[in-house]
Amino acid sequence: MRVRKSLVMLVYLLFVLVPIYWLVNMSFKSNREILGGLTLWPTTPTLDNYRVIFTEPTWYTSYLNSLSYVSMNMVISLMVALPAAYAFSRYRFLGDKHMFFWLLTNRMAPPAVFLLPFFQLYSAVGLFDTPIAVALAHCLFNVPLAVWILEGFMSSVPKEIDETAYIDGYTFPKFFVRIFLPMIRPGIGVTAFFCFMFSWVELLLARTLTSVDAKPIVSQMTRTVSASGIDWGVLAAAGVVALLPGIAVIYFVRNHVAKGFALGRV
Amino acid sequence: MKTYNNKAWWLVLPVFALVAFSAIIPMMTVVNYSIQDIFDPNTRYFVGTEWYREILADPRLLDSLLRQFVYSLCVLVIEVPLGIIVALSMPRRGLGVPVSLILLSLPLLVPWNVVGTIWQIIGREDIGLYGWILNSIGLDYNYASNPRDAWATVLIMDVWHWTSLVALLCYSGLRSIPDVYYQAARIDRASHWAVFRFIQLPKLKNVLLIAVMLRFMDSFMIYTEPFVLTGGGPGTATTFLSQTLTQMALGQFDLGRAAAFSLIYFLIILLVTWVFYTAMTHNDDKG
Repeated sequence: MRVRKSLVMLVYLLFVLVPIYWLVNMSFKSNREILGGLTLWPTTPTLDNYRVIFTEPTWYTSYLNSLSYVSMNMVISLMVALPAAYAFSRYRFLGDKHMFFWLLTNRMAPPAVFLLPFFQLYSAVGLFDTPIAVALAHCLFNVPLAVWILEGFMSSVPKEIDETAYIDGYTFPKFFVRIFLPMIRPGIGVTAFFCFMFSWVELLLARTLTSVDAKPIVSQMTRTVSASGIDWGVLAAAGVVALLPGIAVIYFVRNHVAKGFALGRV
Repeated sequence: MKTYNNKAWWLVLPVFALVAFSAIIPMMTVVNYSIQDIFDPNTRYFVGTEWYREILADPRLLDSLLRQFVYSLCVLVIEVPLGIIVALSMPRRGLGVPVSLILLSLPLLVPWNVVGTIWQIIGREDIGLYGWILNSIGLDYNYASNPRDAWATVLIMDVWHWTSLVALLCYSGLRSIPDVYYQAARIDRASHWAVFRFIQLPKLKNVLLIAVMLRFMDSFMIYTEPFVLTGGGPGTATTFLSQTLTQMALGQFDLGRAAAFSLIYFLIILLVTWVFYTAMTHNDDKG
């Protein structure tokens, strides 16, 4: 039984890792080697593809653009979701259940539905082609998710803690920042991870709301087709570079991620 | 028990304002488009339900709707059982746990267009491992020209991309089962199947509902990955709803039809998710 389990796990991990290995493998090859035939590892490893990404301004600025709207989105989502999640986890109020479901419906809305209205809305308020526009647009699906996860984590903190703190003379803001937030730190970490993840990987809205100045890495990558065909090596290297922030983030939340995936509800 | 206090609205207000800005205003724009015929900002006619009637009779929409349902169904049928199996095979303690968790999460962190790119490369017969292997064992595999191969590739890509999410959800569900349950099962000499059926599965019910709901929602809105991989082709074999919609709205700038389409699309997702959500909160209330 033991052996069979490990075998299943190994096979699955292999299935997960082979395509990623292939990407890494290609990123160290020159285009001539890639198109020259199938090799399981780079025969003449080269860093040229990475050099292109880190020296050409269109590449590294698009990388920075992505990082900037993703971090803005993380901050905005957490700032608005924290108090709301507290309200949902501690109080009943007029229309609370409807409000909660309505928030969730925004997570369900296909971004394709919102493309055109978003384009017009952000053009009208003069935010088109800025990172903040993308950050706000991504709030559409990240804020409901953040509220949902945080509400789960907050509900597992006993209510007696709030009451004791109020008796001890804490005001709400002081209690919230000094006592409550440190208690749900793992939840905040996981929420930040999810916001990061869904904002980092999204292409459709990010591409529609930007053109030149705020172009994200994901849409820069769709433009590697030149006169000589697709530049596979650079594309692969860009893919690898785009993977790195995610790995860094997941390393920090690795111990809480399983709980977070269940949206704090286990 | 939660206390009833309407002041809690003040805490919800920022979320409400933000989401209202980024959801209600655009949604109203869509509704507006769907009932008018617009030539330019000054010439517009109220057309009522005409767009809706037209779109519901449009074979293109019905085709991609059917394709979408089949696809989402396939995704759920493959990913949910596979996710459970993977979760059951997770190591219980030691270094294996964080390592498997991180490796499992990797596909979730790949930007969606890169997912498409990865599979686009690996499926090619000249430079991709899988395409090369399949062709060298004599299968005539080509995702760009054969609809069946394109479907298989899009499905396997989705399995690769999202099964980890189901697995991680189930893993967190399994971890919440106290050891006493397993001890009791051992005393009763319960079979592996009985342990799974009567201890693990009931405990997984809630997370499985979340998993099914998320996977349904997300597979129903899939756009980027098949767009990069096959561009919706060959023909329209892998053109799903979002892509049909994007073509209509941005490609042909057919606003009225696209808007009516959007609302129908949204309503379908809403309806299905509402069913799952009700089932989920119903469970929450019970215990």
